[in-house]
Amino acid sequence: MKAVITVVGKDAVGILAKVSVLCAENGGNIIDVTQTVMQDMFCMIMLCDTKELSVPFSDFVDLAEKLGEENNLKIHVMHEDLFNSMHRI
Amino acid sequence: MLNTKDILETISMIQDENLDIRTVTMGISLIDCIDPDIDRACEKVYQKICEKAKNLVPVCEEIEKTYGIPIINKRIAVTPIAMLAAACKGQNPVKFAHTLEKCAQTCGVNFIGGYSALVQKGFASGDKELMESIPEALATTEHVCASVNIGSTKAGINMDAVKMMGRIVREAAELTADRQCIGAAKLVVFCNAPEDNPFMAGAFHGVGEADTVINVGVSGPGVVRAALAKLPKDAPIDQVADLIKKTAFKITRMGQLVAKEASTRLGFPFGIVDLSLAPTPAIGDSVAYILEEMGLETCGCCGTTACLALLNDAVKKGGVMASSHIGGLSGAFIPVTEDAGMIAAATDGTLILEKLEAMTAVCSVGLDMINIPGDTTAEVISAIIADEAAIGMVNSKTTACRLIPAIGKKVGDTLSFGGLLGEGPVMAVNTKSPKVFIHRGGRLPAPMQSLKN
Repeated sequence: MKAVITVVGKDAVGILAKVSVLCAENGGNIIDVTQTVMQDMFCMIMLCDTKELSVPFSDFVDLAEKLGEENNLKIHVMHEDLFNSMHRI
Repeated sequence: MLNTKDILETISMIQDENLDIRTVTMGISLIDCIDPDIDRACEKVYQKICEKAKNLVPVCEEIEKTYGIPIINKRIAVTPIAMLAAACKGQNPVKFAHTLEKCAQTCGVNFIGGYSALVQKGFASGDKELMESIPEALATTEHVCASVNIGSTKAGINMDAVKMMGRIVREAAELTADRQCIGAAKLVVFCNAPEDNPFMAGAFHGVGEADTVINVGVSGPGVVRAALAKLPKDAPIDQVADLIKKTAFKITRMGQLVAKEASTRLGFPFGIVDLSLAPTPAIGDSVAYILEEMGLETCGCCGTTACLALLNDAVKKGGVMASSHIGGLSGAFIPVTEDAGMIAAATDGTLILEKLEAMTAVCSVGLDMINIPGDTTAEVISAIIADEAAIGMVNSKTTACRLIPAIGKKVGDTLSFGGLLGEGPVMAVNTKSPKVFIHRGGRLPAPMQSLKN
């Protein structure tokens, strides 16, 4: 399965790096990244293959949330199917 | 590939506009638990429910985590208990209510519905005993919900049951007068009750259903309101309808996804998605605000019924393509105390009972969560139930009454239930007496619409 990781927060050095490290450490393979900085707001969407995760998916969600809290960011990890079902016929 | 706009739209729906799955409700048949010994029947009920629903809460929590969608309530609906009580002659059916309460606590669900009787055409064995026990059952349990179906388009209206229910609604409130009359808030009187409704307090598991099914109720008034807010104020009404349809489609797709997933993980068949717009007292999650966004100064003013008719219809049209099976109530709910906009409109006097009655002719349910003065007589309550049932019977739709007589309170006072049930003002009721009409009893004949064959 694939997960959509969204990261929103005040721009700072190393956000992309921190999220990438989180994925790498837990066996998530980043497939696609789109990123933009609007004024000083950092906004990133990552598509991550979670087939080979070394931890249960729900733990990965918690880890991402914790990383977000530590860095003053909002990080959501959600199953790709949610977006596919809502926005595709 | 997913596009950024779609992803951000979904996240903002969940984060800012209160989009959620209102309920995953497991329907469980208790037909195989019928036993002439009430204690043995209760034991079978407990074993069956706890066995079937043991994973309901953990599985829903897993789904919440995986998809990032809040699932607000996990509930259980069971076969109308009157059918089990029928076998236990002379024994107090309240024991079943206590067993259901124990099941709710063991399984960790928010509500358990089905302390019900279906008496639209007459009373079968066990029905009257169960109805008489409802006030005590609701006063001595926390999670159990009761409902009684007193009419249908096919059968007409059972006026003897209507007469009884006026008194029973009052008693349910009186027995819980020290707890904001909460008993009456857990009791619904239906006409044309759906057998697969996942919403409380009216959920029960119909006899034509499979042994165990998963039904899902979606929510999302906040999302519809936010979408409409972006539309120019001079946009024609067909654009409004179109936008509601598109939004309802997305909301329902989410419900369908969760329903499928829950059904697969729990190993029980998927029943239906109920595509209702169910408000909560949270600011922004209100059906009244959608109507106001369409261009009404306050919900309850002239034009409200027309706007609600459009909303109810567009929600269905949008939702019906998004799910493989639609059922339950499916439409817009108008529970007064559960909707911030309705509470405000009722408090300032714009929204009155008679307007609400008109609105129930075009929405998905009926007079829902309405606080009435504590001195309202049982006959007046029965007559409100009869009026509402007549609207449902003639229009071949579900209508219901969930009236809360605010014991010891008068118009303008407030009842506060907390949580999803919210709070609201006591509303004025026409007090002229319908006593003679109600005491006639008998059966109000089914209308011509019932003769479709």
